[in-house]
Amino acid sequence: MSDKSKSIANKNNINQDERLKKVSPLRVLLNRPELGALGGSILVFIFFGIVAGDTGMFSAYGTLNFLDVSANLGIIAIAAAMLMIGGEFDLSIGSMIGFAGICIAIPAIYWGWPLWMSIIFAFSMAVLVGYFNGILVVRTGLPSFIVTLAMLFILRGLTLAITRLITGRTQVPGLRVLIEDDPIAWIFATDTFKGLFNWLGSMNLIALRTDGTPLATGIPPSVLWFVGLTILATYILMKTRYGNWIFAAGGDKNGATNVGVPVGRVKISLFIGTAVASTIFATIQVLDAGSADTMRGTLKELEAIAAAVVGGCLLTGGYGSAIGAAFGALIFGTVSMGIFYTDVDTDWFKVFLGAMMLIAVIFNNYIRRKVTESK
Amino acid sequence: MSEYLIEFNNISKFFGKVIALKDVTMKVKKGEIMCLLGDNGAGKSTLIKTLSGVHRPDEGEIIVEGNKTIFDSPKDALDMGIATVYQDLALVPLMSVTRNFFMGREPQKGIPFFKTFDIEKANKVAAERMGQIGIDVRDPSQAVGTMSGGERQCLAISRAIYFGAKVLILDEPTSALGVHQASVVLKYIVKAAADGLAVILITHNVHHAYPVGNSFTVLNRGKSLGTYEKKDLSREKLLGMMAGGEELDKLEIELKEMNRINN
Repeated sequence: MSDKSKSIANKNNINQDERLKKVSPLRVLLNRPELGALGGSILVFIFFGIVAGDTGMFSAYGTLNFLDVSANLGIIAIAAAMLMIGGEFDLSIGSMIGFAGICIAIPAIYWGWPLWMSIIFAFSMAVLVGYFNGILVVRTGLPSFIVTLAMLFILRGLTLAITRLITGRTQVPGLRVLIEDDPIAWIFATDTFKGLFNWLGSMNLIALRTDGTPLATGIPPSVLWFVGLTILATYILMKTRYGNWIFAAGGDKNGATNVGVPVGRVKISLFIGTAVASTIFATIQVLDAGSADTMRGTLKELEAIAAAVVGGCLLTGGYGSAIGAAFGALIFGTVSMGIFYTDVDTDWFKVFLGAMMLIAVIFNNYIRRKVTESK
Repeated sequence: MSEYLIEFNNISKFFGKVIALKDVTMKVKKGEIMCLLGDNGAGKSTLIKTLSGVHRPDEGEIIVEGNKTIFDSPKDALDMGIATVYQDLALVPLMSVTRNFFMGREPQKGIPFFKTFDIEKANKVAAERMGQIGIDVRDPSQAVGTMSGGERQCLAISRAIYFGAKVLILDEPTSALGVHQASVVLKYIVKAAADGLAVILITHNVHHAYPVGNSFTVLNRGKSLGTYEKKDLSREKLLGMMAGGEELDKLEIELKEMNRINN
């Protein structure tokens, strides 16, 4: 304890030392929203370590594989978590992914735009869609569940209709050749630390192809985006005034408004956040596959919400964390890839997914009661 | 400058044909606690909302520190140092003491565009302020949900004072509290007044109001039954006014009558 807090305690004749002892480190940890997801991640790794430890799941290649899947989900799960802390849902995430994909592919392939311009166009559309979602929810006071459910259908329908109208198909291939020399595309399409992987390969520390190059070529862009966004979101939530406003807006809308928090603006910005995160997801995947598909991202909104919930976000808002959502995504990614390395039929994945979420919700509910119960 | 920090002269408020308030006059001095009493439906809520800038009075004037004023919004009132602590307290149970204390008015540090919420300073101020009123916040990052009702009330009042309140309007601060908790809150209110605030305490509990109030205004059906200094008013008389003494007298007579007939 610092001298300052000691002097405060003495002034009021309160023996703080004695009181402080009652709060065990375990209790402090229990009050953190990430705890469930962190524990879950550790259990998942122990499980696959035992069941699939010698199958190559944890080789460089296998690790990057499940990290890539986790990272892609994590990018949207973090944005979904922030919106949930702010007290709202976005069910249009998956449709926004498909929409952003064709916003990149059609201008680049059919209208002859440079790729970077198409990417900027897609992000601009994301800001518009997010703003529209947000302003509808804030102005009408309708539940965001309904508003964004409508947007789920509208965006998916638009994606399909526009693509078919312009291209006559539901897929737009041919993007891969455009990535080279583009001033922006590399941000979403470059494997990093290639030198390190080549060196590891040359030292025979990781698996090689028959031509001598390493099987795992570098850290995929999704992983760096994922790590970067987790840090950014955590910084915003814990360290900025805006972060406090997010918690306040989700915790008690009226109370927050009464003390001067611009609740409407906060919520609109969070809706823009989920749409932009969907577009980051879409850009990475579209450039990786070299093609856009109108069905890309289907059901991703539910996976993102599930990851956020496993990560400790309350469905009622006002509580949760970005790190928790990141661990939630890691659990999903690890299990969805890891299941291939075990004898378990992959059909069981969804059963696991649902059970995991159910346990998380029950656990979180219990924690919330603990946190809010009166002395 | 007027000796009164805030004056309300002949305030009336109508909602269509309904007369919610008629010619209500009251004045509060610095360092004084004025209790506003009234039964349900007496117009207390309408009066609070008029005081705090939610409603505009249809007649009458509001005078703050000698200057005639019109509040266009709650923010206007707040800017002039008139802070209202509503019954719901505007606290988020899941958020920490510090985060609640500074909600909407977080202290910041750092260079422009990269300013951060100065949580160390906020924690220090919150713990200090709560300590001053004898509430031992073991850990200012603990959730408000773990605090008792009285502590929450004190937190909300303490927050209003910290952010520059000169006139403090308290809406039923003790109504949901037990005896001990209520006395803690009342003690704090007395202390706040002693520190130079003008306090308007709205309540329907005479037993809470009488010990702490300097003057008493009783509202009945939208009209003021007058403002009385404590020395001119006994607790019994206040109780009688509050309960609508006449009505109770009438009831007594009617009951006697019934008994007589039955016998």
